[in-house]
Amino acid sequence: MSGFDWIVPVILTIITAATPLVFAGIGELVTEKSGVLNLGVEGMMLVGAVSGFITALVTGNYFLAVAAAALAGAVMAFLFGVLTLSLMANQVATGLSLTLFGVGLSALMGQEFVGEPVSALGKLDIVGLSDLPFIGPILFAQDALVYLSFVMVALVSWFLYKTKAGLILRAVGDSHNAAHSIGYPVIAIRYLAVMFGGAMSGIGGAYLSLAYTPMWAENMTAGRGWIALALIVFATWKPGLVLVGAYMFGGITILQLHAQAAGLNVPSQILSMLPYLATVLVLVLISKDESRIRKHAPACIGKIFHPAA
Amino acid sequence: MTRKKFSGLISVAALAGALLMGGTATAEDKVGFIYVGPIGDHGWTYRHELGRQAVQEEFGDKVKTSFVESVKESSSEPVIRQMAADGYKLIFTTSFGFMNPTLKVAKQFPDVKFEHATGYKRADNVSTYSARFYEGRYVVGKIAGKMTKSNVIGYIGSFPIPEVVRGINAMTLAARSVNPDVTVKVAWVNTWYDPGKESDAAKALIDQGADIILQHTDSPAPLQVAENRGVWAVGQASDMAKFAPKAQLTAIIDNWDGYYIDRTRAVLDGTWKSQDVWGGFKSGMVELAPYNEAIPEDVVALAQETRKGIEDGSILPFAGPFNKQDGSVGAAEGSALDDGTLLGMNWYVEGVEGQLPK
Repeated sequence: MSGFDWIVPVILTIITAATPLVFAGIGELVTEKSGVLNLGVEGMMLVGAVSGFITALVTGNYFLAVAAAALAGAVMAFLFGVLTLSLMANQVATGLSLTLFGVGLSALMGQEFVGEPVSALGKLDIVGLSDLPFIGPILFAQDALVYLSFVMVALVSWFLYKTKAGLILRAVGDSHNAAHSIGYPVIAIRYLAVMFGGAMSGIGGAYLSLAYTPMWAENMTAGRGWIALALIVFATWKPGLVLVGAYMFGGITILQLHAQAAGLNVPSQILSMLPYLATVLVLVLISKDESRIRKHAPACIGKIFHPAA
Repeated sequence: MTRKKFSGLISVAALAGALLMGGTATAEDKVGFIYVGPIGDHGWTYRHELGRQAVQEEFGDKVKTSFVESVKESSSEPVIRQMAADGYKLIFTTSFGFMNPTLKVAKQFPDVKFEHATGYKRADNVSTYSARFYEGRYVVGKIAGKMTKSNVIGYIGSFPIPEVVRGINAMTLAARSVNPDVTVKVAWVNTWYDPGKESDAAKALIDQGADIILQHTDSPAPLQVAENRGVWAVGQASDMAKFAPKAQLTAIIDNWDGYYIDRTRAVLDGTWKSQDVWGGFKSGMVELAPYNEAIPEDVVALAQETRKGIEDGSILPFAGPFNKQDGSVGAAEGSALDDGTLLGMNWYVEGVEGQLPK
């Protein structure tokens, strides 16, 4: 292929690879900012994927399908909330169980639907702009969920840092005792944050089953929930960096496939582990710089809140 | 050929299932099947399940068949042992990873016959069986060589093991025998199953000029991509035409029906003996889905001829002369590779691009 023709398709593929990570990542970021660590992202994504798929197949309405996926993810997250926030179970263990539960539950729900194809989520061509060379197909001819993923990142960023509610949420995540003592409902706020995370994970899963590979197959997320979790650490809990990280993680995968297809001699196994290596590297680096952690990492993450008597 | 399916149903559930179905003892002979995936996987396990159904249909009241699905390879031993203890006469364990557990249980139950798919360890009461899927890939290669316009064929590889490399080489040799300009690009995804990554690989290959996509991974995602992009693809393990009605040229299908019926009959007759079977077209283990109607008649004829040749032994996919990728001789004129070489194949033939990961 000559010139730069190849760049556009590569970028388009990277966008589809990154979008589920953006959704799951930005949702879990809000959850973690409220001081809760939910390791059940993979399970919530799967239940979202199968719920969205079934709804799309039965109703043919993709808006409903995405809503169902968000709802399913939120219900899973609510379950997590009941166990960890109300019953004060260990968050790590509960999150891991939620993933195992989600894998099994989604398989059960989807049993009758394996092998049923649906048509892919349509692209929204923005009239006039989508025909522009180069930037047209990239910026102005994506499906609605891709645009929504960008909107969500902007919204979350705005919410966390520009609104009072966001400030309260961060306060709850940084010191639940202090937030509680000045009268904020810590548990209720955390429920909302956890359920928002679940809803976003659900939509991330639905992006897989409706747009990325429009079908349902057991365990189709294939570990993307875990990448999303790594992504948040990589992004040092900053919404904008979650977006950058998702595109970087997606980009590495796609570029290594292209490199292989082009006959370049790249060790595909090493490239497959690069996202995780990058995360470990960032962990090491931020551990050296205490102030950066203190600034963005929620101080109360994973800690159980016992309301003071 | 290992099949890793990370199923949520863990062995506890599987074991409970095994206990339940072993509850009633009757005069009929019991034949059990142990699957690594869910029967609805639309691929590997699904095909074994069809084999079980064929056995049941063939023998009717004379045998009782049962299966346990989604058995994790690491915790399969108690499931296999439970079946053996419940008086099953013949047990099929259908994934590479069941090999050692099968051998272990077989030792404890010398009167029970075991059949293990794709393994290489046998015992007096343990047979092994597998299929020569590369024969199917050779026929597909002839079609691909004729159908490609860009002369670039894309191949999605799972893991660089001999089973997969053999398929790539067989396809490449066949394609270049009808079209010497063909080159084959390979993208390794390091997984048997990840629909997203498989579709990314398909897109990458198409973006690099491939107009035919082959895969040695389990999901139909690459076929969907091919359908969307308007290129050809070949289904894997079962007929995937419903995912790609326009794009699927054919599919290489695993068919265990005949083998399972034969082995069940051997147990009923008392003629069962431990053996190692590696069957291809001739045995019926490898089949092809109906050819796409868009394939020209002469190409279909060529494919049929090739298949017939393989069946009657007049065509050997790995017959010389051909070169390895590095230019050295793969097989000389008048010779063909033996099974031992095929089972350990770890090099590309000429025409495949890139370096084989080690």
